[in-house]
Amino acid sequence: MARIEIDGKTCEVNPNNNLLQECLSQGIDLPYFCWHPCMGSVGACRQCAVKVFKDKDDTRGTLVMACMTQAAEGTLVSVDDKQAADFRAGVIESLMISHPHDCPVCEEGGECHLQDMTLMSGHNYRRHDKKKVTFRNQYLGPHIGHEMNRCIACYRCVRYYDDYAGGNDLVVQASHNHVYFGRHQEGVLESEFSGNLVEVCPTGVFTDKTFSKHYTRKWDLQTAPSVCNHCAVGCNTTPGERYGTLRRVVNRYHAEINGYFICDRGRFAYDLVNGDRRVASSHEKGTDGNQELTGDQGSVKLRDLARGNTLAIGSPRAGMEANFALMRLVGRENFYSGISDKEAALLNTVLDVYDDSGIHCPSIHEIEAADAIIILGEDVTNIAPRIALALRQSVRNRSLEMAADSKIPSWQDAAVRELAQREKSPLYILNGYATRLDDIAAACHIDHPDRLAEFAAALAGAVDPAAPAPSVMMTAEQQQLLECIASDLIAAKRPLVIAGVSNEHEALLGAATNLARALGKKRNSESAGPVNMCCLVPEANSLGLAMLLRGSVNTLSAACERMKQGGNAIVLENDLYRRMTPVQVDESLSALETLVAIDHVHTPTVSRANIVLASTAFSEQQAVYVNYEGRAQISYQVHESQFHARPAWRWAAPGMKPDALIRECAANVAGLEKLVQVLPDTTGLVSGMKIPRQPPRYSGRTAMNASRYVHEPKQATDDSSPLNFSMEGIPLQKDSRFQQFTWAPRWNSNQSISKFQDEIAGELKQGQPGVNLLSGGGSFAYAVLPEQSGLDAAESDAAFQVIQAFHIFGSEELSAMSENIQARMPGPYAAMAPVDAARLEIGFGDFVDLRSGSVAVQLPVSLREKIKPGTVVVYGAGNEINRYELAATAQLSLGERQSNGGHLDALIVSDARVAGTGRTNRP
Amino acid sequence: MSRGPLDFSGYSGAGGYEGIRRIAAGKSPGDVLEDVKNSGLKGRGGAGFPTGLKWSFVPSGNDAPAQKYLVVNADEMEPGTFKDRLLMEGDPHLLIEGMIIAAYTIQASRAYIFLRGEYTVAAKALARALSEAENNGMLGKNIQGTGFDLDIILHTSAGRYICGEETALLNALEGKRGTPRAKPPFPQVSGLWGKPTIVNNVETLCNLPGILAHGVDWFKSLTLGQDHGTKLFGISGKVNKPGCWELPLGTTIREIIEVHGGGMRDGHTLRAFLPGGGSTDFMLPEYLDIPFDYDDVAKAGSRLATGTMILLDDKTCPVGMIGNLMHFFSHESCGWCTPCRDGLPWIDDIFRDLENGSGKAKDLGILHDHVEYLGPGRTFCALAPGAAAPLGSGLRIFKDEFDNHVRQGCAWKKH
Repeated sequence: MARIEIDGKTCEVNPNNNLLQECLSQGIDLPYFCWHPCMGSVGACRQCAVKVFKDKDDTRGTLVMACMTQAAEGTLVSVDDKQAADFRAGVIESLMISHPHDCPVCEEGGECHLQDMTLMSGHNYRRHDKKKVTFRNQYLGPHIGHEMNRCIACYRCVRYYDDYAGGNDLVVQASHNHVYFGRHQEGVLESEFSGNLVEVCPTGVFTDKTFSKHYTRKWDLQTAPSVCNHCAVGCNTTPGERYGTLRRVVNRYHAEINGYFICDRGRFAYDLVNGDRRVASSHEKGTDGNQELTGDQGSVKLRDLARGNTLAIGSPRAGMEANFALMRLVGRENFYSGISDKEAALLNTVLDVYDDSGIHCPSIHEIEAADAIIILGEDVTNIAPRIALALRQSVRNRSLEMAADSKIPSWQDAAVRELAQREKSPLYILNGYATRLDDIAAACHIDHPDRLAEFAAALAGAVDPAAPAPSVMMTAEQQQLLECIASDLIAAKRPLVIAGVSNEHEALLGAATNLARALGKKRNSESAGPVNMCCLVPEANSLGLAMLLRGSVNTLSAACERMKQGGNAIVLENDLYRRMTPVQVDESLSALETLVAIDHVHTPTVSRANIVLASTAFSEQQAVYVNYEGRAQISYQVHESQFHARPAWRWAAPGMKPDALIRECAANVAGLEKLVQVLPDTTGLVSGMKIPRQPPRYSGRTAMNASRYVHEPKQATDDSSPLNFSMEGIPLQKDSRFQQFTWAPRWNSNQSISKFQDEIAGELKQGQPGVNLLSGGGSFAYAVLPEQSGLDAAESDAAFQVIQAFHIFGSEELSAMSENIQARMPGPYAAMAPVDAARLEIGFGDFVDLRSGSVAVQLPVSLREKIKPGTVVVYGAGNEINRYELAATAQLSLGERQSNGGHLDALIVSDARVAGTGRTNRP
Repeated sequence: MSRGPLDFSGYSGAGGYEGIRRIAAGKSPGDVLEDVKNSGLKGRGGAGFPTGLKWSFVPSGNDAPAQKYLVVNADEMEPGTFKDRLLMEGDPHLLIEGMIIAAYTIQASRAYIFLRGEYTVAAKALARALSEAENNGMLGKNIQGTGFDLDIILHTSAGRYICGEETALLNALEGKRGTPRAKPPFPQVSGLWGKPTIVNNVETLCNLPGILAHGVDWFKSLTLGQDHGTKLFGISGKVNKPGCWELPLGTTIREIIEVHGGGMRDGHTLRAFLPGGGSTDFMLPEYLDIPFDYDDVAKAGSRLATGTMILLDDKTCPVGMIGNLMHFFSHESCGWCTPCRDGLPWIDDIFRDLENGSGKAKDLGILHDHVEYLGPGRTFCALAPGAAAPLGSGLRIFKDEFDNHVRQGCAWKKH
């Protein structure tokens, strides 16, 4: 720590930071635009000018940019200095020269950093009376709106999009006051993280187009602290509702997890809640049509069924409350896993490896600190997108080391990047096809997962000769790569192994865990602390369900065997057709007397049910999800459901409150003891008053239904959380557990978050929400690796080994039902190596007949450089091709169907024959 | 220019490449650095920073990065400036020899000439000279048995004024947008592609062969004033013989204008002048007798800068002259920092209004505000402070003219 003096007041600051960051950390209002806590300083906007003085005798001082000046010991700073304040007023006057007077119709209005900074800098009246500069706007896809006339040229968009998120299709063009931030030509922004532009842009240039369609001011949104349910990362979000419809989702700061950014799937998939895929009523199917069920009737039906021969199938996309309530209803012996046996077994492997005391599962914040990384068989961008964004920061650690050696401060963003050029911390990607992170990888090794498993096992053997390593034939090139990876991982201070269950490949995950264990053992002998291993799991509560069923023999196939004997089944928020082959599902369900489906979306399983119970969507209920690291987090209800739906846990346990279920679950399920800690301590509530979900400026509460009827309805009550569906109550603004949006005097935009952090980009005041359920402390043992199946089939000419592909827009069940997401979803396709395609005389965009197992489909073909000849990458687009029907190999031949070329338009991969979208591939 | 460029044998025959022969005879990089430091040579590009001192910031020794670069700033775009052009068109081997000496001193194995795109004659001359130098063992591997390797690459710029700013030049050379970089870190530490780099002006480097061939004392003896050596001085404006001459530093301004420039044309009286190109403060004729060197010009409130004067006579509208410069600077702003990007176009718009007679009294206040607003330390690089120099001094010196423009537009237009 260093001591500096700001306007005569002595402050303790971090001397490694710049003055702007430290002034903000001290709670001082110093305006800024181009600086961002995640992106450092570049000194472009000149808005944060302050005076520094050489010593106490220096009365003139020097004007400097706070963001570009080190907070060195003894610095004398004045923010209030007249000359500095005048200069800041001049800067804002310049910035506002061409800014339109459209605040009343601008989506940013009311949460606009530019509005805040304009007022803060003291610019009220316009002196400029010349012609304004105007621009033409671009179509940037279905998610992001573009209004360049509002631009103040702070360069944050391109610095975020290109430098931070690794995009390459948003650039700054032209010069002087014509600088233009857009694409070279109109088109969809390709980055999976483009939505953050909306929050990064300090004004309304980049806006959430989906929000604009049903726009509402920030202060008219009812919000609550929520957790994204579209992958297992568990990003914290703030969904906002008005008039019964969910209007948008924005990032909610969490220092350990998502920080300032979320992915486009998590941001834009919210419309599912409002959509026509919802189960709108609860009913029992009869011979003479559907019989509506009231809430009580439905619960009674469930209770009665539970007394008979009834099993229940849980869900990895439902929260802990719902799963436990159902387990409680039917009894543990009758509660079954709702995921494939293979996936369930692999999730147990994941829990085992996390128990190992030599292994630590890192948070995203910790992932960003990794200095050597290996990814084994996971397409991170498409499975756990936020982690991919973190890995882009991890590889920069090398450049930060270089900067430290050259005495360049880490916040000098442009200088650090310039110094390091292409030097990166090593990232190795071993996958079946090229991923969207290949551009930052030291090396990529493309092969079939069977071969990758052997490679990973050999790698573990190279780190620790005691690790089980089958003897594998390797080319000299592979051997060299192996040695290179091994030495980098061993030499690293914070190595990270990333694996997962996406491929349902036991040998690959086993070998990956052995690699982590080998590294952990080596580090243990050097007292270097545990090794980081991160296992990607597919759904929001995959790990929670696995923990609930840990040690149980109630697999999905066991459930099927039992269902085939008759009886009843209750399926919780789960489409069984995504979990096994249609034949297996049909055989099991047909034998049932009664099938109850509790769900909030229509699925093939729901359509098979005799009794359908409508449950609430994520924003309409309280739920605890356990993320990929074993961290349990509460997602609070945002608004009341507009459907006749109730939370799944309420169907199964009427009368129980969610916290009671969580308490009971923690008390009764081994390994979940710490779950109880996730519940909020409400003793801090002021006078026992609840916390309002609606901000103080919320308008029209008593009039919003007047168009339908004049009576003012009683406001809904919330008996299960400390929050209120109301403006009344006392907000716990300084308590991060209940902080659904941030606001501070003079700070109406999301930048106000700095008022609630211990230090800039640090922990939120009152600590971080969420509790890690895993205790560690387990014993060390290498996994025994299964025998690899033979690969003879691949050697015959027409047979290809099948590798499954994943997509951020489409692979996850719920988001794939969102129209916003569908606007960017690729359809099913097959991708193959150009040499194979040439051999079979298949061109880009042609349709092929693909036969594999019981699957026979025609698929458009994409040609990709980084696919191993002899393999075919198949993307099934969720339900369109059942992954469990695909065999290990497939036969391909040129199909008869004519292509119109448009089938691959939405496909964005990094190794298409011509870079960019599928379409540009066409010769 | 009375003759074409000297070829290799012409240059060598006239005593050229003597500096390289001195190096080959055993002068170490440290020896050359000492000579250049002792010579007192200051950068001739505009800022006047001591060359030897600049070089000494480049890391040397075993810990230093293996790759270092020398970059020649030949992007001569300062309004009124055409001195480097003469050197490159007339004596390209002089520059090449200077580059070899500089690169040898900092041990850079690769050097770039960043040449203004419009200088096509210089580009041809340099390309030919480079190939001759290589064929004669002055470039490439193990130059003249010194064990020192050097490749020189000629890069012609796509053309922006800002690329004359050394860090914007480096960005442009890397294929990035020509926007300046933050300093520190200085290019000597992290320059081209993040490696230690020296960026020198053409004229600066052209001084080196003489210093090596004839010695430090000889170089020091050339001057008439405080600073050592000679300088190319130029005049544009209404003189009888506009041009560019190599003269001792410290020659009086009066001598340059009256003797070398042949004095003002008949019917024209000198009203004021910009001593060192478009981004220097106006000076009045009362300073004609001061020695033209760095310190004396600075004491008079302006800068020697490139040493190429632009003269304002009594038949030319001073507001129009400044407006012309403002239009140039406004257009050439790279758009990176706010005061320059948005301030200069406002100034430009105001000058257009003043010209048309639609200027308002409050506009002059806005111009005054911008002089401070665009001043040193306010902006990211020196472009805007450079623009503010003729603006600020002009507003002071030509106050009546500005006031007249507000009242009635440009009176000069009616002539």
